[in-house]
Amino acid sequence: MIINHPLLGPRDSEEFVYLGSTDLISRPDWDSDTAAEDFHQYQYIRENLAGDNSELWYHEQGDQSWLVVTRNTLTHEIKRVELATDFARKIGRSR
Amino acid sequence: MNKTRYSALKVLKEALTGHKGWEPVWRDAEPKSEGYDVIIVGGGGHGLATAYYLAKNHGITNVAVLERGWIGSGNVGRNTTIIRSNYLLPGNEPFYELSMQLWENLEQDINYNAMVSQRGIMNLIHSDAQRDAFVRRANAMLFADAGAEYLNRDDIKDRYPFLDLTNSRFPIKGALAQPRGGTVRHDAVAWGYARAASDLGVDIIQNCEVTGFKINNGTCSGVLTTKGEVKSGRVAVCVAGSSGRVMAKAGIKLPIESHVLQAFVTEGLKPVLDNVITFGAGHFYCSQSDKGGLVFGGDIDSYNTYAQRGNLPVVEDVCSGGMAIMPMIGRARLLRSWGGIMDMSMDGSPFIDKTEIDELYFNGGWCYGGFKATPASGYCYAHLLATGNPHEVAGAYRLDRFRRGAMIDEKGVGPQPNLH
Repeated sequence: MIINHPLLGPRDSEEFVYLGSTDLISRPDWDSDTAAEDFHQYQYIRENLAGDNSELWYHEQGDQSWLVVTRNTLTHEIKRVELATDFARKIGRSR
Repeated sequence: MNKTRYSALKVLKEALTGHKGWEPVWRDAEPKSEGYDVIIVGGGGHGLATAYYLAKNHGITNVAVLERGWIGSGNVGRNTTIIRSNYLLPGNEPFYELSMQLWENLEQDINYNAMVSQRGIMNLIHSDAQRDAFVRRANAMLFADAGAEYLNRDDIKDRYPFLDLTNSRFPIKGALAQPRGGTVRHDAVAWGYARAASDLGVDIIQNCEVTGFKINNGTCSGVLTTKGEVKSGRVAVCVAGSSGRVMAKAGIKLPIESHVLQAFVTEGLKPVLDNVITFGAGHFYCSQSDKGGLVFGGDIDSYNTYAQRGNLPVVEDVCSGGMAIMPMIGRARLLRSWGGIMDMSMDGSPFIDKTEIDELYFNGGWCYGGFKATPASGYCYAHLLATGNPHEVAGAYRLDRFRRGAMIDEKGVGPQPNLH
């Protein structure tokens, strides 16, 4: 797989470390009444989508940026790559 | 019903009479309109074994196995055929030892030559810390009557002179061996269980994809399929790599990610490896098939996928693991590689459990260790389906164990499925 890095251009997926779905960006509120259940869902339960999956890749052997890659889990086709910081701001995070 | 008993005498008789007396190995069935007591979704090794043990141990024969493709077309046909019961944790070891005992009697039990070969398995040790860990694991194995031996460097050198014992980065210092481990002819496991289950009255229905579940007021009463609606008292899902996709149809999310594991086989070679060898520093395991090919594998591809094929970086990684311990493998040409979808759980251990929906059961999360577990998985799943209670050796395989903090994490790497 070739990941088209937004700053560095096309890079071999071998340079990256895969973490998981972008759901992992949205950490639950520790102070909520439902925190125990929320963290169980966050930590252990997975959507495990068949189709377009939005996921976190870390460019360990490159510029050490976190990327959000939209990749089809049935075909390995990569449809979109963006910086995780841009993605996080889009979903309402400050950074 | 197929009542032909396989034996050397039968082979001889058929050879002399033009092979006219063989019957189909199992009965190809269509769904019954009146429904079933139990429907098993997934005609792989685990599903067929479940059907067989339901019929044999519990007398429940009004059972259908529904398979989307042809039976044995998933992971039971895509693994590296290794069997072993060399686990550490109390939640796992008795279960895998039951599986090993069932393997030892499988061929007589189902009257089918599954080529069970207890040639032994050897986990190589490369550091003092690893020796300590493996000795601890050996003791856990001895407690479970699984048998374990410690081999020192000279024992290994005599038997396997082709291993790179003095590799400067990963010298081989010894090995944990389980002489009862070995290999089994994987496809024959699916065919043998199918035949034995079919003989006891189980309907094996191929080319029948489950497209949904019939769920009313929190109770499952059947499945919707490409061959119409099929009623059932209980529905038992057992679909390995497709767990996420199938359970999503019932609205259930799982502590599972699907990943691809690649496996490889070289051209046929003369007998050179009479054992299963695993590399303890990298991730590489190898055995030699009866056709002579070196069958080997390593790590999963590490990203979620449902595609039954992997990518080149892992091919390189696995082959370099092989080169590090047995450089002679570099002279063999790679004949084939393939991928299977692993249902990687959050702690590397499986599930055999009820779900939050009544009469809907789930068996999965086998990671890349499902093949060796086939007999015990079927045995314990049948026990759960028939009695409503988990079998004593599978009691830890519950879906809510993360909520309770009762993980069974053999490797101790935490909830990161691509590291198990």
